Formats: sequence, C-alpha cells, structure tokens
Amino acid sequence: MNLFDLFSDYTLRTVALGAGVLGIVSGALGSYAVLRKQALLGDAVSHAALPGIAIAFMLTGSKAPLVLVLGAAIAGWLATLLMISIVKTTRLKDDSVLGLLLSVFFGFGLVLLTFIQRTPNAAKAGLDKFLFGQAATLLASDVITMSVLGLIVLAFVALLWKEFKLLSFDSAFGASLGFRMRFLDVALTTLIVVAIVVGLQTVGVVLMSAMFVAPASAARQWTDRLVGMIALAGLFGAIAGVSGAVISSSTSNLPTGPTIVLCVSALVIVSLLFAPNRGLVWNWARRQRNKRQLRIDSVLGDLYTLSQQHSDPQHAHSISVLRAMNAGRGGVQRSLDEMRRLGWVHQVNSHEYVLTPVGRAAAEKKIVKREA
Amino acid sequence: MSTLQIEIQLIAVVVAAACALPGVFLVLRRMSLMSDAISHAILLGIVLAFFVTEDLSSPLLIFGAAAIGVLTVTLVELIARTGLVKEDAAIGLVFPVLFSIGVILISKFAGNVHLDTDAVLLGELAFAPFDRFVVFGMDIGPRALYLMSGILVLNLLFIVIFYKELKLATFDVGLAAALGFVPVVIHYVLMGLVSITAVGAFDVVGSILVVALMIAPPATAYLLTDRLSRLIGLSVLIGALSAITGYWLARALDASIAGAMATMAGVIFGLVYLLAPDRGLIAIARRRRRQRWEFAQTMLAIHLFNHEGTLEAAHESRIEHMGEHMRWQWPFTQRVVHYAEQRGLLRNDSGLLSLTDAGRQLAQQTIVA
Repeated sequence: MNLFDLFSDYTLRTVALGAGVLGIVSGALGSYAVLRKQALLGDAVSHAALPGIAIAFMLTGSKAPLVLVLGAAIAGWLATLLMISIVKTTRLKDDSVLGLLLSVFFGFGLVLLTFIQRTPNAAKAGLDKFLFGQAATLLASDVITMSVLGLIVLAFVALLWKEFKLLSFDSAFGASLGFRMRFLDVALTTLIVVAIVVGLQTVGVVLMSAMFVAPASAARQWTDRLVGMIALAGLFGAIAGVSGAVISSSTSNLPTGPTIVLCVSALVIVSLLFAPNRGLVWNWARRQRNKRQLRIDSVLGDLYTLSQQHSDPQHAHSISVLRAMNAGRGGVQRSLDEMRRLGWVHQVNSHEYVLTPVGRAAAEKKIVKREA
Repeated sequence: MSTLQIEIQLIAVVVAAACALPGVFLVLRRMSLMSDAISHAILLGIVLAFFVTEDLSSPLLIFGAAAIGVLTVTLVELIARTGLVKEDAAIGLVFPVLFSIGVILISKFAGNVHLDTDAVLLGELAFAPFDRFVVFGMDIGPRALYLMSGILVLNLLFIVIFYKELKLATFDVGLAAALGFVPVVIHYVLMGLVSITAVGAFDVVGSILVVALMIAPPATAYLLTDRLSRLIGLSVLIGALSAITGYWLARALDASIAGAMATMAGVIFGLVYLLAPDRGLIAIARRRRRQRWEFAQTMLAIHLFNHEGTLEAAHESRIEHMGEHMRWQWPFTQRVVHYAEQRGLLRNDSGLLSLTDAGRQLAQQTIVA
C-alpha cells in the first residue's frame, strides 16, 4: 500500500474522497456546535435520524441515498427543534433533553425498522450499516451527493458568516443590531443537521459525534480566530478522513469508521498537548523555562550582591555560599553552568566562581528593569 | 398470559426500575449524556474482559464494563479540567475513542466469536427468557431476571443507605464537602453503578435504550414533582409503565421490544409535557391566558380609578374610549369589561363604567405595590 494506490485504486479513492468530504463538512459545522456548547448535538441528531430513514423508506419504498438522507435530515431537524422548545418551556436542562430525544427517537426508529422487516431481531434489520457506516461500500455517486450537499452547506456558512459569528458569540448584540436571531438559529441548526446526515453513511451513528466534536476541539487549540478555527477544523477532519481510509484499507479486518475516529482523536491529543499557548506539554515546557530563568536570575543577583559587598570585586565565591543564599531552591550548580556558558561567570576552581564584566552588566540591567 | 410473556414483562420492569434509580441522579446532576457515553464505552470493557475469560457469560464482563465506565468518567473529567475543552465536548471526545477501540478489537481478534456489536448495542429482550439460571439442576427462571434483580437491589441499597449524602451532594456540593461527606466518592460510585446497570441491561435492551430508560422516566417525573423521594418513586413507576406498555406495543406491531419501550417512555413524556399540572404546556398556556385577562382588568380598574371624580371622567370612563386608550381591539375590550363586571370590579351603565369598592381597592393596591 503506497500513496500511488490512493490515486489508482477506485475503491480507496472513493472512500478516501468521501471521508475527506465528511471531514471538511463536519469539522467546519462542528466548530459552531462546539463553540455554542452543543457538542453532543451531533450525537443526538445522528441517533434521532433513524426514524426519519425508516419513514422515508416506508413512504417511498426506495433506498436511494438522497431519499434516506432527506428523511434523516427531517427527523434530525425535528428532534433539534423539539429540544430547543422543551428546554425553553420546562426546567429540564439541555443534556437531559438531548439524552431523552436521542434515545426515544432511536428506539422509535428501531420499532419502525423491525416493523418493516417483520422480524423482532433488530440486528438483522441491516442496522449495522447505519450504526457503523458503510464507508467501504461508498460509491462514486454517493461521494458526489455528499460533495454537492457539503458545498451547499459551506456556501451558506460563507454567505451567513457574519450572522453566524454573532449568533455564536453574542446573540443579544446581534438581536440589538436587528438580525433575526431565531431564524439564524434555525438556519444554523438545519445546516448542522445536513452536515451530520451527510456523514452518517460513512462513519455511522456512534462515531459521527466524534467527527463533529474532535476536529473542532483540536482546531480550537491552535487559534483564537473563528475563521482559523473553521478552516483548521475542516483540514483536520479531511486529514483524519483520508488517513483513516488509507490505513484501514491497508490492514485487514480494520473497519474504516473507527479508524477514522482514532486518527482524528490522535490529532486531538497532539493538539491538546503541543499547541502553542494552550497545549499542556507546551505550557509545561514554558513553565520549566521560566523556572530555569528565575533560578539563574536569583543566582546572578546573589553573585552581584556578594561582589558589591566584598572589598575585592574579583574575589571568587564558593558555591556553598551561593547555595546557602539560595534558601533551598536548588539548581544552583545548573544555573552556574548555564551562566558560564553565557559568559556571565568564570569558574576559578572546582567550587569557586566569579562574575565577569559581562555578567555584571547583565545583573545591572536586570536591576534597572526591576526597579523601573 | 403465558409464563413466557410474564417473564419477559417481569424482566422488562426490573430493567426499567434498575435504570431509573441511578438515572434520577444523572438527570439532577446534569450528567445525562454520561449515560450515553458509558453505555457506548462499555463495549471496550466487555471485549477486554472477554479476552481474559473467553466466556461470554462470565461475571468478569460486568466488572470489566464497570471499570471502563469509571475510566470513561475519569478521562472526561481529566480532559474537562484542563480547561481546553468544555465538559460536553470532552464527553463527545472520549467515548467514541473507547468505542472505536472496542470495535476494532472485535473485528481484528474476535471476528469469529458471537460478540456482535449489534448485540451489545441493541440487545433483544425476546430472547432473554431462553437463557435460564440453573441452580442445583433446577431451572429457577431466566438468568437476565436474576442478574437485573441483583443490580436493582444494589442500586436500591445504595440509594437508601446513602440517601442523605446523595441528596446533599446533588443539590449542594459545597455543603456536602464541608460536612465531611465526600462528593467525589459518591460521584464515582454512582458512575460505577451506572456502568454496572448498563452492562447488565445491554443483553436485554441494548446500550442505547439503557439511555432511554435512565433518562426519560426521571425527566418525565421531574415535571411532576419537586421532592426527591417522589421523584425517585415516580421515575420507577413511569419506567415500569413504559416497560409494560412497550411490551404490548411491540407485540401488536411485531417489532423490537426494547425500541417499543423507549418509544412508550417518550410517549409518556410527551403526554406529561402537555398535561402536567403547573408545568405542562397546557397548564402554562392557560395560566398565561388567565394572567392576560387579569392584567387587562387591573389596567382597566387603574384607568378608571385615575380618572374618577375628574372633569374628563364622563368621557374617559366610556367603554368605547377604553379600546382607544389601551389600544385594545373592540371584542377584547367588551370581554374584559364583561369579566370585570362578573368579578364585581365595576358597573356598566349602558357604556359608562364606574368602579365598585372592590375595583377601587384593587386599583389602589396595585398602584401602591
């Protein structure tokens, strides 16, 4: 399996493209959901879409992807509207209502599906396709449908960029400016539903939530600007999608959906650890650097004080004196080694050090800065 | 009803009750979606435990699942605590990873074994009675019944013994900590119970519907009462009701029992959402309407009061002027005056309105307040 196969193997190309499209769209729309603290909306809508698919099939008798997608979208949209109105009219909180709706809708979908199949065993109802996605059996036509829908969704996002930005961050302000926030809320929700439904075929219900939340969460670590976050989320989603598809096709018995999820989760972990300013490891390293600097400054200051108080400025001082002055903070030897490297001190013998003129100048500069 | 039918319904009711108990606290503590996360993540626990025991009916599976459930919660809190992602996003990040690992492990290493991810997620109640519990050679009933009853008793014991601590830790964490209860421990024990319940129930209703039984009945009951004890009792009752009606619905349609139970739980919620006294939609709408009339009447009384005994009184107190002044439509004006008359707030002498003592009192009280 090499990169060339990506272009020559039809199935791999199709799956990778489909996964890539999924990644971009769900990453971009997921950013809005994550920002509005509706991260699990993806999970809820994916589960709620099931009865929509069943009803669409029951009404039209057709299993054409577009028909099923439409059914899924309507059901998902209904569930979201119900969620918003139940939260607004009762004292139930978002999470309970989401959990309620997703499980009830899904259960209802199950009833419909088993009713259709006339068998009490839901497992036989071809449900695995919906639960886990059928990435490996994506057709070029499916990918084209996904891409067209995805493009429409992204076009709307670009068109309503300012409005959605207001909606996500300060909807009261937006309302005061005259924008119709309720309408925009519904519009954004609709786009999110479409984005989710588009991806359902590829990774399935359970994992769609990851594709929604993970790229956006990863992207958030790298930037504070909305446009950057959305672009990065789309990029991460695409990378995860394509690599997941490639990796799973190169190994036997590795289902595509879960592989994609693991790829995007790896991106999340890397982002959480190493992103500048927010990354955990990055911050740890910065804290260590700061601690190091503080210790050096402290020893430098001590040497300077000693040389001021001593009649002979060229007198070398023993490291044990410095350690005593350090009040147990440790790291004196290391600080001295670093300062020697910088040319600030000169080691006279195995345990005595003296400030060089360069070091003296550095110390004085720090004192001036401190007193400024 | 045949024994089989009775057994199935019994199992269903026990499952519903066992789920409703921890579910109450999940809903109250805003952790409902953790049940969704846990019920997906335990697949990994089951797989790992299966690799160790090679036995699908081993009790080790329950412990493996419970451990993974607690692990899920721990990871979510760890991630949320870094401050880099919010709590709901953290949930959405953790469980798909665990679930995916579980699915991949199954595909790669357990492909031949009947450890269907379908079975884990969906379950099938209709087949539960066929797995019997044989003790000393005697068949004393379906295994699922004993398992779930045990879990039910466990949950019940926990809630009864630690009722005060749970109540305090749920509603006032600070006070609980200050008093020496350890809310964190209670939290993790609760999550452990949720995991155990989810595992026990997955065979019967599947993980996704465990969520329905954990969240829907308590959410419904939350619209009906303010008291914790009643909340718990009502949740169990509603859960049991959903179970039984769900069973009969499934029989009528020849469909998935678990799905039907979830659907009925939803239907009951819908009914309560509409009809609940005080909190239901209908009650709210009626209250609003009543308040609208009362407000209009009060405004009318105040208006009359303000113009009483003044020069314009004859003009201002005419019923035709009211609509113009208050910007009311004519039919509305008529009805407001009619209601006010019925309430004894004013008298209507062919279009000229005058306040009664009661009306004057109402106007004065409202202005002062």
